[in-house]
Amino acid sequence: MGIDIKLPIGLMFSILGLLLTVYGLITASNQAMYEKSLHVNINLWIGLTMLVFGGIMLLLSFKKKKKEGM
Amino acid sequence: MTNSFNLEWIDYTVMIIYFMFVLGIGWALKKYMKDAKAFLEAGRSMPAWVAGLAFISTNLGALEVMGMTGSGLKYGMLTTHFYWVGAIPAMVFLALFMMPFYYGSKARSVPEYLKLRYDEKTRGLNAILFAVMTILASGISMYALAILMEKVLGWNFHMSLVLSAAVVLGYTYLGGLSSAIYNEVLQFFIIVLGLLPVVFLSLKDVGGWSGLQDQLAPIATAKGFAADTWTTTWKYTGTAAANPMGVEWYSIFAGLGFVLSFGYWCTNFLIVQRAMSAHSTVAARNTPLIGALPKMFVPFLIIVPGIIALVLMNNPATGFKLPLNEAGQPIYDYTIIMLLKQYLPAGVLGLGITALLASFMSGMAGNVSAFNTVWTYDIYQSYIRPVTGNKADDEKHYLGVGRLATIFGVIVSIAAAYLASLFGNIMDFLQTIFSMINAPLFAVIFLGMFWKRTTGHAAFTGLLAGFLVALLHHGLTFPAGADTLVKGGWIAHVHQYPVEMAQNFWTAIYACATSATVAVVLSLITKQKKSDIELKGLVYSLTPKVHEEVVPWYKRSTTLAILVLTIATVLTILFW
Repeated sequence: MGIDIKLPIGLMFSILGLLLTVYGLITASNQAMYEKSLHVNINLWIGLTMLVFGGIMLLLSFKKKKKEGM
Repeated sequence: MTNSFNLEWIDYTVMIIYFMFVLGIGWALKKYMKDAKAFLEAGRSMPAWVAGLAFISTNLGALEVMGMTGSGLKYGMLTTHFYWVGAIPAMVFLALFMMPFYYGSKARSVPEYLKLRYDEKTRGLNAILFAVMTILASGISMYALAILMEKVLGWNFHMSLVLSAAVVLGYTYLGGLSSAIYNEVLQFFIIVLGLLPVVFLSLKDVGGWSGLQDQLAPIATAKGFAADTWTTTWKYTGTAAANPMGVEWYSIFAGLGFVLSFGYWCTNFLIVQRAMSAHSTVAARNTPLIGALPKMFVPFLIIVPGIIALVLMNNPATGFKLPLNEAGQPIYDYTIIMLLKQYLPAGVLGLGITALLASFMSGMAGNVSAFNTVWTYDIYQSYIRPVTGNKADDEKHYLGVGRLATIFGVIVSIAAAYLASLFGNIMDFLQTIFSMINAPLFAVIFLGMFWKRTTGHAAFTGLLAGFLVALLHHGLTFPAGADTLVKGGWIAHVHQYPVEMAQNFWTAIYACATSATVAVVLSLITKQKKSDIELKGLVYSLTPKVHEEVVPWYKRSTTLAILVLTIATVLTILFW
């Protein structure tokens, strides 16, 4: 049915990943905020994870499009 | 509760981005919704991996996530019996032995399969029961979500109810089953990534798996169990008294591993519908198997954090407490959200709450999309307006009816949610009734697929007899400490079970056995009205075997099934 779901998944996780990565970097010096998460900058880590996942999904989606285009 | 979370702009931003994408997917699919087949059956065009992830995602609803984390706290790794023995074998069986008939028969729903295989009355009974139960179930999960958001986040109950229902209605109305399925795939990933931070941080906090084992030992001993009870699965199931679940190995094996799980996974249209949407017979068979792969690892995502919560609860220094109900008992279903609160700073916290919202939506959209199909094809088309023969006109008409049924389903769900807020026991009640209906249904569908002699009268009577015996068993027995008649014993107190779960298992076992016996006996004495030609594609012995040679070996269902069963066995041994 029409759409390739990898594209919206890739887009959404790239956007969310970017958002949390940037937020993690901005708040990196905020010791009090990360006391809860055992002093792990969890925003940065999960943000990067989502960026990688979103990127892979986008890549797979573009590869599929190229294949279909040929 | 006054100590609610303070969500920040970043948390709301994450949620809003998620909402935009789910609605956007519905919007993008709108232009393909030209006929009833596209809207209600997703045009039978889904790739196996999409259908497979949707299959597991729709099962990973809010009640599952909240309930299983709470069970992890109460029973420890024993809760994995709902997965490794209580789901995987049934999913493999559905894939290999039942999907060829569900898919190959061209039936558009499970009730319609019953119509093709048996007769109209068997279909009617199943369709009506399914429609009512599905919509009630959707209302109850909506209630559970709204009350959680109210108690913990301080959100307005009515607002979260209407808002979450409106989003689900939005994307299922726009894109039908395709939209529900595609969104379930997206929701699956957000549930996993959203809960991952809690799993990681809580494990780190207790010093990993071995640290968890060490800290659980004194807690288990204090409760009168062996030190490693919470981190093992089968080890202490020799007697019911040796484990917190209060059940012994054979009732787990027969009740959960066989009757309850086969009754749920192999007959519930909500689940089977995902596999029916696949683009080919091989893809339909692979759907439950692809779903089984992540399913086996779900316990690490939701049960393990629940077990860690038990350690936190017993260590005052952590400050971790579960909210209490009116009776002063901890509300175990709130374990997951209290863990989010314990460990997550702004940002990932929004992501974690989005994961809970996503799990709610995947479950509810599943209910709604199964309801509108059964309503349109099995009730409306059968009893109210049969097909006229003008195909183009019919398709258009039923598309409209499917759309209206979607709106109607959501409205009734909201009403059911308010009903649930009035009667606290309705959730227990519904789950009890569900297991009474599913177990006989499995017996009847199984006999229908594998014994061509089974007749329509026998199937119908078997279904009813199984349900009545289940009711009777529930009325005569009760679990220890039962405080309401919903839990059983409303006729007389003949037998007492140590825990409610044992009672549920045995209700299902009796129901399934009765249903099978009645159906077999009646099949032998009633006349088979269906000819062998009519039963072709519906019964094992009259259907040509599926030939998988056309696909490469690594894409074959048998290969996948062996892989799934091997991993499940390894996990069982590792956590024995």
